[in-house]
Amino acid sequence: MEFFTISLLNGVSYGLLLFMLSSGLTLIFSMMGVLNFAHASFYMLGAYFAFAVTQLVGYWPALFVAPLIVGALGALFERYCLRRVHKFGHVPELLITFGLSFIVLEVVQLIWGTSSVDYRVPAALEGPLFTIYGTQFPAYRAFMMLVALLMLVSIWLLLTRTRIGLVIQAALTHPETVEALGHNVPRVFMLVFGGGAALAGLAGVIGGNAFVTEPGMAAAVGPVIFVVVVCGGMGSLSGAFIASLAIGIIQTFAVGTDSSLLGAAGTIGFDITPQTFGYALWKLKISQVAPILPFLFLVLMLIFRPKGLLGTREG
Amino acid sequence: MSAVMPDAALNAGSPSQGSAARARTMSDTVPPYALELRDLRKSFGKTEIIRGASLAVNTGERIAVIGPNGAGKSTLFNLISGRFAPTSGEVLLNGHRIDGKRPFEINRLGLSRSFQITNIFPKLSVFENLRCGVLWSLGYKYTFLKFLADLHDANERAEQLLHMIKLDRKRDVLGVNLTYAEQRALEIGVTIAGGANVILLDEPTAGMSKSETKRFIELIKEVTVGKTLLTVEHDMGVVFGLADKIAVVVYGEVIAFDTPAAVRANQRVQEAYLGSHVADAQAAAGGH
Amino acid sequence: MSAVPQRAEQSAPAASHAATPYYRFQPFNIGRWIIWTLFAVVLLVAPLIFTSSLSQTMLTQMGVAIIVCLSYNMLLGQGGMLSFGHAVYSGLGAFLAIHTLNLVSKNHLPLPVSLIPLVGGVSAMGFALLFGWVTTKKAATPFAMITLGIGELVWAMSLMFPEFFGGEGGISGNRVTGPKPFGITFGPQIQLYYLIAVYTFVCTALMYAFTRTPLGRMLNAVRDNPERVEFVGYDTQKVRYISFVIAAFFAGIAGGLAALNFEIVTSEVVSGYRSGAYLLFTFLGGATFFFGPIIGGILMVLAFVLLSELTKAWLLYLGLVFLFMVMYAPGGIASLIMMNLRVASFGRLKELWVSYLALAVTAFITLIGAAAMIEMVYHLKLNAALGPELRFMGATLNAQGASSWFGAAFVMVTGIGLFEVARRHFARQWGEIQEFIEKEMKRREAL
Repeated sequence: MEFFTISLLNGVSYGLLLFMLSSGLTLIFSMMGVLNFAHASFYMLGAYFAFAVTQLVGYWPALFVAPLIVGALGALFERYCLRRVHKFGHVPELLITFGLSFIVLEVVQLIWGTSSVDYRVPAALEGPLFTIYGTQFPAYRAFMMLVALLMLVSIWLLLTRTRIGLVIQAALTHPETVEALGHNVPRVFMLVFGGGAALAGLAGVIGGNAFVTEPGMAAAVGPVIFVVVVCGGMGSLSGAFIASLAIGIIQTFAVGTDSSLLGAAGTIGFDITPQTFGYALWKLKISQVAPILPFLFLVLMLIFRPKGLLGTREG
Repeated sequence: MSAVMPDAALNAGSPSQGSAARARTMSDTVPPYALELRDLRKSFGKTEIIRGASLAVNTGERIAVIGPNGAGKSTLFNLISGRFAPTSGEVLLNGHRIDGKRPFEINRLGLSRSFQITNIFPKLSVFENLRCGVLWSLGYKYTFLKFLADLHDANERAEQLLHMIKLDRKRDVLGVNLTYAEQRALEIGVTIAGGANVILLDEPTAGMSKSETKRFIELIKEVTVGKTLLTVEHDMGVVFGLADKIAVVVYGEVIAFDTPAAVRANQRVQEAYLGSHVADAQAAAGGH
Repeated sequence: MSAVPQRAEQSAPAASHAATPYYRFQPFNIGRWIIWTLFAVVLLVAPLIFTSSLSQTMLTQMGVAIIVCLSYNMLLGQGGMLSFGHAVYSGLGAFLAIHTLNLVSKNHLPLPVSLIPLVGGVSAMGFALLFGWVTTKKAATPFAMITLGIGELVWAMSLMFPEFFGGEGGISGNRVTGPKPFGITFGPQIQLYYLIAVYTFVCTALMYAFTRTPLGRMLNAVRDNPERVEFVGYDTQKVRYISFVIAAFFAGIAGGLAALNFEIVTSEVVSGYRSGAYLLFTFLGGATFFFGPIIGGILMVLAFVLLSELTKAWLLYLGLVFLFMVMYAPGGIASLIMMNLRVASFGRLKELWVSYLALAVTAFITLIGAAAMIEMVYHLKLNAALGPELRFMGATLNAQGASSWFGAAFVMVTGIGLFEVARRHFARQWGEIQEFIEKEMKRREAL
């Protein structure tokens, strides 16, 4: 029972982090048709910038400053690079974000080295929030969930209650019309791209110290958020939400489960030995299988429901 | 089943298929309609765009589909050609049901269409475009064991088409480099390339000048000899010059389907285009 | 004459029409024979010219890289399918090849070593039959994401099944084994090179032939306008699926050849990193022309073997070059070559050489300045123990000295300024020439 509750809470916090990332991705994709391959790189930059700022002035300023820096970088990239390839089509757009992710990786390794950095949870948030069934639930995880929820609620409010949000929503589907009405759509694009990057950066700030901050973190989480976006349905925020939580929870449970088919067979009475055919499969523990679960999910989704959970538009 | 609404049949007062008011089925000695729509409906979300359209087209007829903007003409074409699946109702091609089938299945059964926005293969040459159009119909399917240069029937047919659409001099020009009118001509070429018997043309002369339109309509007439043709058109001159019959689509229904003269006199059509006051005035003045 | 979009530049009038003094292209058929013979000759003669063992290793790897990049371009350039997981097929082909090799070594299978790459090809094809059906269900961006997902799936699985993937150490093999027809053992590198050269030639020829078949042409049509393809009677997904499987076949052959070359296969061969490399270099070489990936493959080997030795910052340079290519020359090096060939065919290339020289010199200056700064940063980070001084292009720089930094920055900024001047001049000239070409073409059409 305790395993269940703790894993559920952890899974939800991880899922919310995934949603923070995939929501930015979905927004950028819905608006501009560009799937930002460098989105996970913005996540990484957020974590590293937060680390650097924390060392200078502390964690709490970093929480605001780091996402802003990442957002500014994103906006600059959109203005000077992405916009230029827009006319070549979607494939070059994807390629240029791929190039960016490559460069970001190199620069990060250059500045901060190839091993992980000691980006720590601030002292104020260390320790357990509460103890349940004898296991502690870290306060920082709760903080993560809080920040994620706050951010998402404010984004939702921004999109649905403000004028700029209205313009963004309109430009999501009819950019030319919006431009004809006098709005500076390129600037709106820049804002959205920068905003999405800032969101990813914020996810990095709060996630980087909960999980590890190292150059490989972008490559670790990048494919997972793409899976989330494809499975949730391209362009659907609610689909991304469900998919994020689902993947977050399932993976967290899987990582903590040490049983394997071998053990299960043992309880029924089958005796699996190294000589049994397919022993390699039998002896796999679920925790070992955990990394591939999101991708299995992707493949199954594509076979049975190619549109995604709540997908409305084609890629 | 009558092919037209009862009102229109009364108003028309001209020979129409209203008299042959029975469904034609495969078992009849009379050949099936080339294209038949039976109470076709399509909703996008909660909005019903096509609200029970019915039509029956004989083989070899040339039908112009007209109607006010937003009436659903293009949607109707999309439903027939398989781009969307209808919410309910049936589409029959030569007596076979094709509603719900995928576009390539429908195409293989003998229906082909062109698009309002030019839809060719921009990075292939004119000749290649046409050749792509004929490959399936000549049975070449997905083969990678034959060279295109050796497919004499395909190459000959492509040359024929090239000549028909009068783009001989642009044989090796890439699609993207053609002028607008040339692209439209190529579009027609690719549409008829496969030898389909029922051709749907969606606003073929859109964006053309008067002289270009005239020439283009002559081209269309030449290349669709003996085929069943449905065109969406706005240019009334074209409509009256090209069509044997006119189908008027308003708010997702076919409100009239008759010869041009009869449709002109049809009160419902007049109402749809001109508004009811004017239509009444016309009727009062005895109409045309 | 059938137009070959992969070869000819935009509307380069066919030589079968009236020849004018401007044309320098040979009549197409003879040209084709010449080019292929030249290709064969180059393959034959290269190791005799570059005889050092480093060169021979590199040439061997280039042959493999050419095959895999060409197979990748079947998807990207010919089919418009951006795949982030092509290494899955070349990698799985490599693994199955090396396992087969080990079976041969243990005398379980009397298969000559020269046929092992085919095993790689067939097994990759098998995986593609399986994965490809799911992958090609979608197009464009979702397709790219799916290939990424499947790539990650296989990569993660490689850690789960050490018996097949060899864990940390990979799987080793010995290519001097099995029946040895004609006494060829493939022990010496040169023998292996010629085996690979044969495979390279044959595979290139086959992949070129593919572009001239109905499926190949419909694949291009699918790239250009998938919706239209459905309306001429073809099932778009099937066209993609079959092409995907064929591309995987060739990738598997390349994997098998690599397995023979290195005699070891580690799980790195199925990594996303490697898929990214295929993408990067194929694009760099040029995805819009058939021979582009050949250039890309050669560059890939040069970069991985030579450039990486030259400077620690090579990945950064690569990323920057890629970025600039996407922005300014999305057709890759091949398109740059072809554009200039077109200008040459209209007799206007000579005028540009001064501009090109200016561009090259100013770009070089900028590059020196930028590279100096990048190298100093890398030096500080990675070689700090060696002290702050480093040698750069014959000069000694002090990575912690302000003068070095100032000097490098000054050089770079000057270079940028001069480059901009040269670029504007070039752009004007180029624009004028392009206009001239347009007019010429219209004039010729009217004849």
